[in-house]
Amino acid sequence: MVLTNTADVAIPELAGYQRRLLIAGAAGMIVSLAGLFMEPTQFLQSYLMAYMLWLGVTLGCLALGMVHQLSGGGWGVVIRRPIGAATRVLPVMTMLFLPIAFGMFRLYSWTNLDLVAHDEALQHKHLYLNTPFFLVRAAIYFLVWNTLTYFLNAWSLEQDTNPDPQFARRMQKLSAVGLLGYGLTITFASFDWLMSLEPHWFSTIYGVLIMGGQGLSALAVLIVVLVWLSRRPPLDRIIVAAHFHDLGNLMLAFIMLWAYFSFSQYLIIWSGNLPAEIAWYLHRLQTGWRAVGITLILFHFVVPFLLLLSRTMKREARTIVIVAGGILVARLVDLFWLIAPEFHQTGVSVSWLDVVLPVSLGAIWLGCFIWQLRGRAILPVHDPGFDEALGRIIEKAKERPAAAH
Amino acid sequence: MATSPAVYGVLAEFEDPTSLVSAAHQAHEAGYRRMDAYSPFPIEELHEAIGAHHTRLPLIVLIGGLCGCIGGFALQYWASTIAYPINVAGKPLNSWPAFIPVTFECTILVAALSAVLGMLALNGLPMPYHPVFNVPRFALASRNRFFLCIEAKDPQFDLESTRRFLETLNPREVTTVAD
Repeated sequence: MVLTNTADVAIPELAGYQRRLLIAGAAGMIVSLAGLFMEPTQFLQSYLMAYMLWLGVTLGCLALGMVHQLSGGGWGVVIRRPIGAATRVLPVMTMLFLPIAFGMFRLYSWTNLDLVAHDEALQHKHLYLNTPFFLVRAAIYFLVWNTLTYFLNAWSLEQDTNPDPQFARRMQKLSAVGLLGYGLTITFASFDWLMSLEPHWFSTIYGVLIMGGQGLSALAVLIVVLVWLSRRPPLDRIIVAAHFHDLGNLMLAFIMLWAYFSFSQYLIIWSGNLPAEIAWYLHRLQTGWRAVGITLILFHFVVPFLLLLSRTMKREARTIVIVAGGILVARLVDLFWLIAPEFHQTGVSVSWLDVVLPVSLGAIWLGCFIWQLRGRAILPVHDPGFDEALGRIIEKAKERPAAAH
Repeated sequence: MATSPAVYGVLAEFEDPTSLVSAAHQAHEAGYRRMDAYSPFPIEELHEAIGAHHTRLPLIVLIGGLCGCIGGFALQYWASTIAYPINVAGKPLNSWPAFIPVTFECTILVAALSAVLGMLALNGLPMPYHPVFNVPRFALASRNRFFLCIEAKDPQFDLESTRRFLETLNPREVTTVAD
């Protein structure tokens, strides 16, 4: 088996999965269109949640890929191609932002000028929170993300046929600038799209909270994909327990990061006890939403934290895939906690759209992901860290990619 | 068996890490359990090759962490509700969110200390004397040579047959280690 073959040749069943996932996703979206006509605000609220989850996976992969360009390390070489494929879903995600742009008048109360006219705080914020500027900012974010994705993927493709180390250096330089750009854009994007749902409230840690969440969602999806790849040729003898161990440790770090950010936000607002800041927590903690918060503490932190402390848990494909899947569900619940209470302030309200939309958007995302994965070699054989990360394993498996050199 | 009590074990010297790992594998397959390998730098596979079981260190660190966590929280709880109950900003005396950062730091502190001290204790360090030092060439273990020592404590150990077994593994030299 030659590792430079495209994934399409190496794993022929991918095409079938892509078709089935895209059909299932499209069917789910058509069914949920009924929701758009019956209860448009609920549809947009659930759509925003589903969109932020899968955009988070895409951007989280973009950021992890850039981190790996700068840090190097064996953990990233085997997931480089899934990361690349995930970032190439971004153009599709850019299109899928349109429903939010069209529906912003139902989602964001600051778009209602009558309401702003009677609210002094919102009048002051109007300089930033107004419809044209909101759309211009969104265009800038997508421009930055798509530019980074385009160049990183183009150079990575050239690197497949040309072992010249200049491509690796170029990708490294762009990643350094790109991470800075990602940090700034995602901070403002999370302020615009999520925090401004409650326009009076503000939290400066919100951007990094979303950033940590995106890294976690991306890692969870990457681990599930890697486990799937490790169960069939050509990667079944190349992906070893040590890879899952590294990614499991990273996931543990992101779990702790999320808990640290979330708790810091709570601690600071709780200590200050200022009316403008505590409103966000009041209608979450003094209503039925409190149960969702406790669920998050347990299943977004305590349980995965304890499970991921175990070495065996991280090294076994069978167990790590369950933890990763659970974390992905917890990510959805976290976004539900950030978004839904703004629309249902009196108590928990779960709509069928909160389930159907994330699942169908996820099917579309995965379908596009597989479509992008198929077109390239499954491992970046000319990556400068390739031999260090995989040389010994490939020698043992007697599958040295001879044709690559 | 006919082992003299003054023998600590038999030491085989290898020139490269690969031979050491393969020798350790074969010795483990031959049934030897009480052995140790010495190398100038860490070799990942060696750990498994000599059949090293999981250490108890993670458990020690976990217990240390839990002690730090409970101790750190208890200290703050005792200070602010029992010993010096002061009303700050109308918040309850047991304002647990404010205790979390210190509790967390104490957890990490005690867990890290138990990791270092536990590692030293489990390794039997500090150890100023070890019988393998009786072999003059062993000094090379910190430079460019790789050693495998099958210890006399091993139930299968027999001076003659163990020596002969090690000779079959293509060592540079096999030496008997005096205790």
